[in-house]
Amino acid sequence: MKLTLKIWRQENASAKGNMQTYPIDGVEGDMSFLEMLDVLNEQLINKGEEPVVFDHDCREGICGSCSLQINGEPHGPDRLVTTCQLHMRKFNDGDTIVIEPFRAKAFPVIKDLMVDRGAFDRIQQAGGYVSVNTSGNTIDANAIPVEKELADEAFNAATCIGCGACVAACKNASAMLFTSAKVSQYALLPQGRVEATTRVLNMVEQMDKEGFGNCTNTGACEVECPKGISLENIARMNREYLSASLKG
Amino acid sequence: MAILLLSLKFVLQNFEKKTIMGIISSSIARKVAMALSGLFLVFFLGQHFVINLTSVLDPDTFNSWSHFMGTNGLVQGLLQPILIFGVVFHFIMGFILELKNRNARAIKYASYKGSTNASWASRNMIISGLVVLAFLGLHFYDFWIPEMIHKYVESHPEDATRYYAETVHKFESPVRVGLYVISFVLLALHLWHGFASSFQSVGFNNKYSKGLTKFAKIYAIVIPLGFIFIAVYLHLNQLPH
Repeated sequence: MKLTLKIWRQENASAKGNMQTYPIDGVEGDMSFLEMLDVLNEQLINKGEEPVVFDHDCREGICGSCSLQINGEPHGPDRLVTTCQLHMRKFNDGDTIVIEPFRAKAFPVIKDLMVDRGAFDRIQQAGGYVSVNTSGNTIDANAIPVEKELADEAFNAATCIGCGACVAACKNASAMLFTSAKVSQYALLPQGRVEATTRVLNMVEQMDKEGFGNCTNTGACEVECPKGISLENIARMNREYLSASLKG
Repeated sequence: MAILLLSLKFVLQNFEKKTIMGIISSSIARKVAMALSGLFLVFFLGQHFVINLTSVLDPDTFNSWSHFMGTNGLVQGLLQPILIFGVVFHFIMGFILELKNRNARAIKYASYKGSTNASWASRNMIISGLVVLAFLGLHFYDFWIPEMIHKYVESHPEDATRYYAETVHKFESPVRVGLYVISFVLLALHLWHGFASSFQSVGFNNKYSKGLTKFAKIYAIVIPLGFIFIAVYLHLNQLPH
């Protein structure tokens, strides 16, 4: 398969980037998108050029490291997959593929296609946890009964891998789907209820501080999320926030 | 209803605590304020439609209801200022949201396929909103300003039978009718996303959500279509037969 790649190149965080065009040959349909970029980088290195920098780690669709806006969509045209699980058979011989970093003021570009998603870590640090006594008298989590439906919903929310596709897809670069998934996974469980009030207030405050946009309920985040995180989580977070604000 | 009251209480408490800046300091507070002001305007639109519909069904009823709305102290002294505040608030908040959202993505994508994951109506609320705002300017120029001059500047004696003739006269011009039709199409698109979305914004998402969304979508089509019907009917009705 012969392709033309238009890739965002940016030397560093402060440099001005631009789109550059690279022809690539010998791409197999069974290659993942990242393997195709590996092939491109080998070619660039052989020619003495700088390889394209991009995020990746597990390449199994579970770590949340890979990103990329591919032909105008985060993680490309496929649904419910990350870029590392996107296969080149989704493209046709002769296609031109536009590859850009996830764009958001809160996700500054580090180099080329690699962005700093530390904003998500800081939101998580603001309350995305349960404080557990680890001094030796920790209560067994299984000792507290949890309704099956709630456990399932909490689990679904917890499948968010924090890749940032929701922010990249949203026309407002809003992080509501990510934050609401993290709020929900704890709010639904009895262990998480203890700190529910401070958690939602602190996480939303941090989300706003990071400079993400406002959610306008377009639903793009839900469609593009590789883990199928539901918009219901955003409604739940809004409820949690309303009730926490009134208590506070 | 409980969640709406809770949301209203939340907005009022924020007003008390932090004034207007408090309302716009949190992204979720902005969503809730936008949703509540939108729901209020949706309710107003419904009652406006019912009154307008009487101009087609029975001019005498239209005159009597219009006279009541135009002269009742509670409507004029309390509800009208609340309505104007609601419109201004919704517009200003919408504008603030748009600016903040544009600022959240300083460098735009070279390729962005918004239509693959979200409807045109949801992505272009600012466009439909600005058209509706421009229409409101025309509507105020057509009806509200002449009404204020009639009542408070020129101080005409009360005439409970003048409203129907005055309204019909406004729809003589096909250009004005055309502008009204275009505006209501854009209003329908604005409501198509905005009305259903407001329930999500106030945190309402449960087994009744699907039914409410259906109702909101039907409302978004039927009410603007009804306004279009009234404008076209009043125009055609006065053409020489």
